[in-house]
Amino acid sequence: MSSHGIKDRVAIVGMGCTRFAEHWDKGLDDLLLDATGEAFTSAGVTKDDVDAYWLGTAQGGMSGMLLAKPLQLEGKPVTRVENMCATGSEALRQAAYAVASGAYDLAMAVGVEKVKDSGYQGLNAFPVPSDGTQRTLTAAAMFSMVAPAYAERYGVPMDELKATLARIASKNHHNGARNPRAQFRREMSVEQILAMPDVAGCLSVFDCAGVADGAAAAIVCRAEDAHRYTDRPLFVKALSFVAGNGSGLTDPAYDYTTFPEIAACAADAYAQAGITDPRAELAMAEVHDCFTPTELVLMEDLGFCERGTAWKEINAGAFDLTGDLPVNPDGGLKSFGHPVGASGLRMLFEAWLQLRSEAPPERQIGTVADRHLALTHNLGGYPGEMVSFVGIVGTEPTA
Amino acid sequence: MTRGITAAAGYLPHWRLDRTSIAAVAGGGGGKGTRAVAAYDEDTTTMGVEAARTALRSLEGPAPHTLWFSTVAPAYADKTNATAIHAALRLGTDVGAFDVHGSVRSAMGALHAAVGGRGTHIVVSADLRTGLAGSPDESAFGDGAAALVIGDDRDGPLLAELIGGGWATEEFLDRWRTPGEVRSKVWEERFGETRYLPLGETAWDDALKSADLIADQVDRVAIAGPHGRANAALAKKLAIGDRLVPDLDASVGNLGAAQPAFLLTAALEAAEPGQVIALIALADGAHVQLYRTTEAVTQWTPARPLTAQAAGGAPIAYGTYLRWRGVLPTEPPRRPEPARPSASASSRSTDWKFGFVGSSGPAGEVHLPPQPLDASAVPMADAVGTIATFTIDRLAYSPSPPVVFAVVDFDGGGRLPVELTDIDVAQVRIGARVELTFRRLFTADGIHNYFWKARLVA
Repeated sequence: MSSHGIKDRVAIVGMGCTRFAEHWDKGLDDLLLDATGEAFTSAGVTKDDVDAYWLGTAQGGMSGMLLAKPLQLEGKPVTRVENMCATGSEALRQAAYAVASGAYDLAMAVGVEKVKDSGYQGLNAFPVPSDGTQRTLTAAAMFSMVAPAYAERYGVPMDELKATLARIASKNHHNGARNPRAQFRREMSVEQILAMPDVAGCLSVFDCAGVADGAAAAIVCRAEDAHRYTDRPLFVKALSFVAGNGSGLTDPAYDYTTFPEIAACAADAYAQAGITDPRAELAMAEVHDCFTPTELVLMEDLGFCERGTAWKEINAGAFDLTGDLPVNPDGGLKSFGHPVGASGLRMLFEAWLQLRSEAPPERQIGTVADRHLALTHNLGGYPGEMVSFVGIVGTEPTA
Repeated sequence: MTRGITAAAGYLPHWRLDRTSIAAVAGGGGGKGTRAVAAYDEDTTTMGVEAARTALRSLEGPAPHTLWFSTVAPAYADKTNATAIHAALRLGTDVGAFDVHGSVRSAMGALHAAVGGRGTHIVVSADLRTGLAGSPDESAFGDGAAALVIGDDRDGPLLAELIGGGWATEEFLDRWRTPGEVRSKVWEERFGETRYLPLGETAWDDALKSADLIADQVDRVAIAGPHGRANAALAKKLAIGDRLVPDLDASVGNLGAAQPAFLLTAALEAAEPGQVIALIALADGAHVQLYRTTEAVTQWTPARPLTAQAAGGAPIAYGTYLRWRGVLPTEPPRRPEPARPSASASSRSTDWKFGFVGSSGPAGEVHLPPQPLDASAVPMADAVGTIATFTIDRLAYSPSPPVVFAVVDFDGGGRLPVELTDIDVAQVRIGARVELTFRRLFTADGIHNYFWKARLVA
């Protein structure tokens, strides 16, 4: 029993990503056409050249026909996948494994979500018939429990921790302000963020991801074919996934200061990619900052710093755009917005831009000069019960 | 064989409405003192569960084989409400559970049937009174429940044995309500008083005769009934004097259908062995039961004494009260309303949903909710726990936001992230001790979603 990975066997050769926004004038079909169209152009292929499709959407609809209809695909296999907020990454994982297996030469992973047609703010889960005993707390409230737990465990005064959380949001707003595809393009100071009223635990709306519509797409092929499509492909180094068993909710030993599913997923990904020192080897990371305490804890669970030190590293600017290891250079969920099924592929899109030095100059990171690896991390669920994806891509075919 | 009471308990909800706060809003009504108010997540079924489980906690004899539930405000019509109480008490499928609904008299009728029957019965009564804003009913009544366990002395010690009874029935119009309305109407009070007095005297005389007692041999008299004026007049007419079991009208209100069993429980809690206690209920007739307390009453420790419950509680603003009762319709949270619970899914998880029964894993660790791979069931409804961490959710849908939510670690194992109730946001803290309480989370498509919440240990 082993997780071998598919290091350097699959390449990403084309990508597309819509702006993430409240797209009142665009439906699911429009978003799909925009993202896939950009990806086809990017790889220099047509929809007929792609042999198989994976469509990730959490709540956009059912079945592969959701993509086959707007694109008018003829006789193509399309699989709809769902894995909560890690849906987009899951679509990529399936498409990559499909070409690695040899079943197809060219595959596309698409992620989409049209969340702004519900008439309500925020994300609202599709109700599955149940016995009515399930928790109905918002994700914001569930993740809010991380902050006081972290403060308690590491002896950080709560007001200092709140300032650190505000700094995370402020950094992501700073990055998003330099991203024309981001939902929120306004810088927010730590002071402005700290002045907002709490809505869930100690979190204000500025501690929460933006809620946006959007789509993103990636085209993958076997690594040896990559240069048919692009001079600068990204090679898949690792694709790791862990579905939690929910034990954190029932285990009194769980203390809400870490996400064990993510630590396990990261360890697997680093093993697949042959990474031993992620902080030094990665040029950047896109992480699932659904709420500011999430990004705080992720810095430790992903091995970017020692346990109990993330808040200091964040305060020191280690993960800023110009920092030691830029985290969420595109603005993250906070400022780019979070169309559930698209977010995982949006993260990959930023790695695509940054590692190929195609990001706008005002947010192009400098670490790519001597580092060639990017990490994308995508989670779904809540503290105690979550799914985690960690992917690593690089510009060089061998480590 | 002697029949009588083997356990007794009452339940008062946490909240108290200051009657002086009513007139300023309603333009009239109100009065002095406070009344008990059921929380937004309570109904007569949930309050009945609380009273019944408290009574069963001190029961020494056999478990009931029949459950009677009586209220004037059933949560469901056409569907039995007693079955939800039956499930929450984890009674066996061979235990009958029946509703006896409609009037205050129904509650007395259920008690009458139980003492006259065989085997062990639990008689649960609950009342939830609203009335229109500023109405006499709004001020005079209170919300609450009571439960009496009735059985034979062969099966276990009786707290009090039934020694006699008398009753009188008559059709006349005193108080009435069209089903579905919050407002009861009453005929001119004087008329009801003229009917109740002779009926009460008749029932009283018959009861004394059946027990071969004279009136002076009765030590304590509890008079219950929705007609306060008639209750007082009968007490005077029968020269009850200071033998009257004090009602809790000033602090709690008249508990309606729950009042007879509640006052009897109050009398038992204060009783000494060998006392004769009379329970008189005036409701569409009159009904008298005479009990004599036994030595067992001295050994009996009520799990939640009524005096402590009556003295406790926390104030609720009149506006919140009106909102909770639906008398003042207010803007709902701008969130999707929850979906109705599935009947079949609820049926499969009855032990968990209604009984709060978890499971234990291979190493004996407790799982809440129960896990399908676990073999053994672990009843956890009576467990006490400690708040490990908590949050206040101002975004989640709730009939009364914000949601106060805590991760609770139970003594003896098991953790559940669970909603708190009967709490002010300022009261919640890590390390606080909590216990479980049966509540109605919300109602969707007319389906009441019953489950458990946690509340601070009193």
